[in-house]
Amino acid sequence: MKALVAQKTALTGNYAVAYAVKMAKPHVIAAYPITPQTSIVEKLSEFVERGELNARFVNVESEFAAMSVVYGAAMAGARAFTATSSHGLLYMYEATWWTALSRAPVVMAVVTRTIGPPWNIHVEHNDILVLRDTGWLIAMAETVQEVLDLTIQAFRIAETAVLPTAVGLDGFILSHSTEPVELPPQELVDKFLPPRRPDVPLLLRPGEAVTFGNLPSDNRDHARHKIATVYTAQREAKKIVSQVDEEYGRLTGRRYGGLVEWYKAGDAKNVVVCMGAWCSDAKQAVESLRRRGISIGLMRVRFIRPFPEEEVAKLDQYERVVVYDRDITPLGGVLGTEIKALLSRARVVNIVAGIAGVDFDAQNFYETIQKALDGSYREVEFVV
Amino acid sequence: MSFRIDQLPKKKYVVPGNAACAGCGMMIGWKILGMALGEEAVLTIPASCAAVVQGLSPKSGVAMPILNVPFASAAAVATGIAEAYRSLGVKGHAVVWAGDGGTSDIGFATLSGAAERNSNIIYIMYDNEAYMNTGIQRSSSTPLAAWTTTTPMGKRERKKDVALLMAMHGVPYVATASIAYPQDFYRKLKRAAEVEGFKFIHLHTPCPPGWRFDPAKTVEVARLAVETGVWILWEYDHGHFRLNPPSTTYADKAKRRPLIEYLKLQGRFAHVTEEQVKALEEDVEARWRSILALAKAFPQS
Ligand SMILES: Cc1ncc(C[n+]2csc(CCOP(=O)(O)OP(=O)(O)O)c2C)c(N)n1
Ligand code: SF4
Repeated sequence: MKALVAQKTALTGNYAVAYAVKMAKPHVIAAYPITPQTSIVEKLSEFVERGELNARFVNVESEFAAMSVVYGAAMAGARAFTATSSHGLLYMYEATWWTALSRAPVVMAVVTRTIGPPWNIHVEHNDILVLRDTGWLIAMAETVQEVLDLTIQAFRIAETAVLPTAVGLDGFILSHSTEPVELPPQELVDKFLPPRRPDVPLLLRPGEAVTFGNLPSDNRDHARHKIATVYTAQREAKKIVSQVDEEYGRLTGRRYGGLVEWYKAGDAKNVVVCMGAWCSDAKQAVESLRRRGISIGLMRVRFIRPFPEEEVAKLDQYERVVVYDRDITPLGGVLGTEIKALLSRARVVNIVAGIAGVDFDAQNFYETIQKALDGSYREVEFVV
Repeated sequence: MSFRIDQLPKKKYVVPGNAACAGCGMMIGWKILGMALGEEAVLTIPASCAAVVQGLSPKSGVAMPILNVPFASAAAVATGIAEAYRSLGVKGHAVVWAGDGGTSDIGFATLSGAAERNSNIIYIMYDNEAYMNTGIQRSSSTPLAAWTTTTPMGKRERKKDVALLMAMHGVPYVATASIAYPQDFYRKLKRAAEVEGFKFIHLHTPCPPGWRFDPAKTVEVARLAVETGVWILWEYDHGHFRLNPPSTTYADKAKRRPLIEYLKLQGRFAHVTEEQVKALEEDVEARWRSILALAKAFPQS
């Protein structure tokens, strides 16, 4: 047998998505361009045109159509992929609910970007988080390598959990930065990702009179369907996410921790919580603070859906929990608000920072963590 | 193609227990769809009466594979189904069955998109000339002067000609049809099933509660629409544009029945003034002029 050798190369986050999708061998791809997602669509259409990827690439007139096309394809048994960002995701919104509540296992890359007005192409997390009550599984990557690995994992997770899955990558910070990556060999991906079971959740085939989506005869059945999709299936997906990450780790040597990644948190008194690419900056700050004798670790949220409830509950053992959000709600940030639902509020400082693409680097983390620990911040603190 | 209606397949796809109103024109069309495409069709249905008349899930009053989808999305969802079948090697037709609102208004972008990229779908717009499911509100396909709950004085604008707009996309096949002429509709469906690429059929389907007429008269109203020249049967097939019988006869204005016969059967035109009738007659004339001009401009057969 030929030895499976990973290929070392350098890719942008967007190209990492495209290469991962290519290796996942989808049947149908539909997407509409929007900065900073565009190079994903371009690369994928190139793969298809050159015959390197045997998929149907559907050029659509809008994101609403993109989501609708991949939805139809998935309900007809296909493996399907799309990608978008910010306003594109908002424009898909109605169809994203329909997809999730139909249990259509499509995979979507979301290159996170600020929602206007004014127009702003820089990073923020409010866009991907609009999916949070739809039933979609939502992950955020930290590095370009993880973008690639997470995208491959997402197909396996979506098809096992029978829920659509979004892979988030920070606009420009990951989407347009080139990093060294290891491409797993195709044979390995084939082994990790078997062909999709086309009859799950249900298969639309000529001659077979199944109807999906017409009015319910019993609203209680409909309610049960929703609870099963949004609540129960999400809970079951937690195990799936961990198992898939572990298996992927066995095959490639790269394992990320499942729903969350713990970083130097074992012996620490305090902990920082964040998600996305700026976790690397936060980790640097944690290093510097530890060198100065401050007892601190970090929990990186890889999946905000399913919500890592058990892991968040563990945060109760820390004196201070400093939660960073790159998104804003009337109560603070989304992560902060959801974490506070499980922990005593007094423990949590929620820092809303970096929104609208405002730069926020390791030094900013260093300074704001200190302030959060020395008590000079309120329960919710906005840093601009 | 010549055949007798009593020789068409007997299998019933529209089954007892569906929730349509008595005399629903759309359901007559649906039966013909079953006869023509039967086991081959997989339906995508956006929000509309068609989404409701299936009856209550998990059962269905229509024995076909059906995916019910958001209002604006049908043409795109059907595209996804068609592309999946192509990729997976499944034989069958991705068919959209959508109302005039879902087609000419909210769904027009996905429709035009699917046409432009020549998606391999059969799109059937059943035209009851208003939003019936939400209780008779105007659509862009509602005729001039017609009453609806959002045009209480009669609609001020003319009816959008969706079939013509689709033909102008230069797609392989576009046709108009009427439930009063089932053989014609059946033949057009069969033709659509042969053609590769995007197919659009605009089917005129009177609606007794929405148009305010006696449910026993659905076919009569539909036929009068053709005989008065309000509804014109034509077909655009790979660049050939032709009138179809019986509309060929009504190209001659003298052979048409007076418009008022069509109007007076329907409560939605009960209020019309003489002026509005004139305006409607002029509108009918204008439509004939463009159809006849097109028939001349494009090769006939
Ligand atoms: C996004 C959205 N807006 C509005 C509605 C409400 N709605 C449901 S059906 C309908 C009208 C359908 O009209 P048409 O397409 O003409 O079909 P008909 O009911 O006349 O058969 C409307 C407005 C909806 N379901 N979705
Ligand atoms: S309202 Fe009209 S179109 Fe709708 S089911 Fe009743 S008759 Fe048919």
